[in-house]
Amino acid sequence: MLIKQLSVFMENRQGRLEEVSEVLSKNDVNITSFSLADTSEYGLLRMIVDNPMRGRNVLKEAGFSAMLSDVIAVKLPHEVGALNKIMKVLEKENIEYIYVLATGEHPSLIIKADNLESTIKNLKENHFSLFGEEAYTINNK
Amino acid sequence: MEQSNTEGKKKMIWNETKECMSRDEMSNLQGVRLKKMVKNVYHSVEFYRKKMQEIGLEPGDIASIEDITKLPFTTKDDLRDTYPFGLFAVPDSEVVRVHASSGTTGKATVVGYTRRDIENWSECVARVLAMAGVRKSDKIQVSYGYGLFTGGLGLHYGAENLGATVIPMSSGNTKKQITMMEDFGCAAIACTPSYLLHLTEALEDSGAIERIKLRAAVLGAEPWTDQMREDIEKRLGIHAHDIYGLSEIMGPGVAADCEYHKGLHFYADHFIPEVLNPETLKPCKEGETGELVITPITKEALPLFRYRTKDLTSIAYEPCECGRTLPRISRFTGRTDDMLIIRGVNIFPSQVEAALLDVSETSPHYLLIVDRVGNLDTLEVWVEVEERFFSDEIRKLEDLTKKITQILQQALGIAPKVKLVEPRSIERSEGKAKRVIDKRKLF
Ligand SMILES: [Zn+2]
Repeated sequence: MLIKQLSVFMENRQGRLEEVSEVLSKNDVNITSFSLADTSEYGLLRMIVDNPMRGRNVLKEAGFSAMLSDVIAVKLPHEVGALNKIMKVLEKENIEYIYVLATGEHPSLIIKADNLESTIKNLKENHFSLFGEEAYTINNK
Repeated sequence: MEQSNTEGKKKMIWNETKECMSRDEMSNLQGVRLKKMVKNVYHSVEFYRKKMQEIGLEPGDIASIEDITKLPFTTKDDLRDTYPFGLFAVPDSEVVRVHASSGTTGKATVVGYTRRDIENWSECVARVLAMAGVRKSDKIQVSYGYGLFTGGLGLHYGAENLGATVIPMSSGNTKKQITMMEDFGCAAIACTPSYLLHLTEALEDSGAIERIKLRAAVLGAEPWTDQMREDIEKRLGIHAHDIYGLSEIMGPGVAADCEYHKGLHFYADHFIPEVLNPETLKPCKEGETGELVITPITKEALPLFRYRTKDLTSIAYEPCECGRTLPRISRFTGRTDDMLIIRGVNIFPSQVEAALLDVSETSPHYLLIVDRVGNLDTLEVWVEVEERFFSDEIRKLEDLTKKITQILQQALGIAPKVKLVEPRSIERSEGKAKRVIDKRKLF
């Protein structure tokens, strides 16, 4: 139940974000969701795209440092306190980062943990359902 | 004793015999000393004996100063290849001190001194201090680093030889430096020019500048400009002098400038200067810029033939207004190699390259940006984040930055600011990357 996230290293210069999205769209790679983590000097753009491998290759060709890494996409149930519930479950896990997967229907989270297998097991035991590769195209309808 | 009304202004010539001798007398003295040195080296240093035998040169072939061009050159690589003591010309029992400077490949260059060498060094530094107007009754703050670096101890022994009171501060701790300077009424300071500018700023901020009694500064170990000197002199109300030296030859005190600042008086009775075209290695005309090559003719522990300094300068032989007849070398106009001097520390881009190999198997592209911020040299190292270093976690990238910083600090001796940049963002010209941007405009 692991999915591939596309990450890009970017200096904090104006227009870099736009350049990344331009390279991807020119090559028919759609960004489903993204999150930007930055320090005072550089940023990390993390994306869920519809074709991760192709996304990585075209960015590399354009001179970016891009990589794929495994993450978990987990559905949030439509109920009060869902976010709080999942945070409680994840408390025991060593989480590197979390961001929201922007979808119309299913509010979901992208999670990167130290031990992804254990996190998946833990989530499943607590009746959370995970996305597979359908997360890549969840907005392409 | 005659008291002239210029007392307080007039600066003493420490060794008038040597500093004011005619050019002919100097050439004769140099010839005699060179002849003696070559004979001695031939018999005591295998490295040079072999080199001389290879080119069919006998000690007897060196009879006068003109014969110096027959001698082979010595480079920093020769010192490194014979690390640590291979070029020493005396038994261990005669060596009373060593100093060392960091090298490009991590191996230091080691230099040694006999008791006589230390005496001669102290003599040269005393000449410089006297030229700067330092007297026996003065207190001098030595704010060069003490240790393997020649700056601290070199100035220390020279000042003691002159008879001044030495305050052995070493470098750093600006607050304490100011307190001592004020409380002791120091008349002179010896340090790097950039450090004195930094001190000046702190003195201005604290208001202590109104209370100090500083008259003179002897500054060196890094390149600086006339504008910097004028700035220092104006702000502190002192006279600032440039002192030159390198550990391979001795340390600070090989040459220095007088109050007229028309080049640095070269102590040619101890060190023979040549200025050569770095390509053809033929002598440059007077006033023409070339590489400074030095033969120390009185050194006992480490006598070197024609040491190539890689410093670019020109030489003038006409006597100076101050009365000294010593040859004068101009302020340095650059280097024949890519060596940088940052906060008095010699740094080669190749050292950075070698150190980065500790991070990964092939060195990433990098760029050194040297600047002077608030009077202190700064070194920024940009490293391209190639795929093999890249991570999707900020923490890992920060760890990478820390690791590179640590490795570079160990290799260079100063802490750089490491900045991760995108791949291919460092400019390459004809496939070769530009390694250094020096914004200090020192030459
Ligand atoms: Zn002079």
